[in-house]
Amino acid sequence: MNLHTFSAYVVPVAIVFLLGFGILRRVPVFDTFLAGAREGISSSVSILPSLVGLILAVTMLNASGALDLLTSFLSPVTKALGFPAEVVPLSLLRPISGSGSTAMLTQVFGEYGPDSFIGRVASVIMGSTETTFYAIAVYFGSVGIKKTRHTVPAALAADMTGYILSVCSVRLFFPGG
Amino acid sequence: MMNWIWAGLIGVSFVCAICTGRMPELSQAVLDGAENAVTLVISTLGMMCVWTGLMKIAEEGGLTAFLARLLSPLLRRLFPDYAQDSPAARAICMNLTANFLGLGNAATPLGLAAMREMQNARPDRLSTTANNSMAMFVVLNTASIQLIPTFMGTLRAQYGSAAPFDILPAVWLASVGSLVVGIVFAKLLQGRKHKREGKV
Repeated sequence: MNLHTFSAYVVPVAIVFLLGFGILRRVPVFDTFLAGAREGISSSVSILPSLVGLILAVTMLNASGALDLLTSFLSPVTKALGFPAEVVPLSLLRPISGSGSTAMLTQVFGEYGPDSFIGRVASVIMGSTETTFYAIAVYFGSVGIKKTRHTVPAALAADMTGYILSVCSVRLFFPGG
Repeated sequence: MMNWIWAGLIGVSFVCAICTGRMPELSQAVLDGAENAVTLVISTLGMMCVWTGLMKIAEEGGLTAFLARLLSPLLRRLFPDYAQDSPAARAICMNLTANFLGLGNAATPLGLAAMREMQNARPDRLSTTANNSMAMFVVLNTASIQLIPTFMGTLRAQYGSAAPFDILPAVWLASVGSLVVGIVFAKLLQGRKHKREGKV
């Protein structure tokens, strides 16, 4: 099965599996679906303000030419490492802000397309890493922990690995480009 | 921190637009950016409803609890300080499973509960220094372990991807790799100085 066919199966299989599971467990599936979908609306709408702020900032950054400058400035270094310079801004924002990295991702998709090499690497980075610093702040902050010891270095090592592997795995699964 | 980053992004754009003479484009970008954010939320709203609705079914049917049971022997090795059916171990398990299923709304409260249970189980409940289990737990939460990154897939479809989920195997490979490195680093860096605080 090639990746194109696989992709087409993901959503239908997930839906059928979850519905089947729900019916087996005697969940009132439609009522529950409605309750969940309602939560989806409120959480989608609640991220709108931060998305407006950050998509605005990223669009401005792009329009001013600053992103192009940064990319061409970084490209000799990142090219030597085999990392596309175009996803560096995304990688920098990713650990800090979910909305910020979403804004960067839409900028990358708009500029290069989601099925380009750059678009795919950006997708995999987005799917395989988290907003590291945000999670650290929320979880430790909630119980008053101030000394996080080795948490940050270990989490950043994981993030770096995610970035490097994103490039490697896109090359592995999409050898044509 | 976000205050500085946000102001910085816009400040840099302004200065850069002066230098490159792109002030008209910058002005247009303000309108476009604000509009794009709203378009994005509205155009992805339907799919987000579908996913949160389906995931609610999974939750109500007890899929999280079921997967958490499968996961618990594995987690015992990562969190040796807690007995398998202690409140801390249960909360850790439920949080990681919710993350795996992509239940963002459910995962955070479970994670906060796990942190609280871990703090309560310590000899010194007012300690402000993380113990090894807390560090491991937070590292696991900073590595994405989501089976189907639905929002990313929805975004890809929105931007015209021919096969939005064809990157899943690549995502899984990168996720597992970074997770393993996170765990190894957490174990290596925890050192011998901070010994186990005793079984609960």
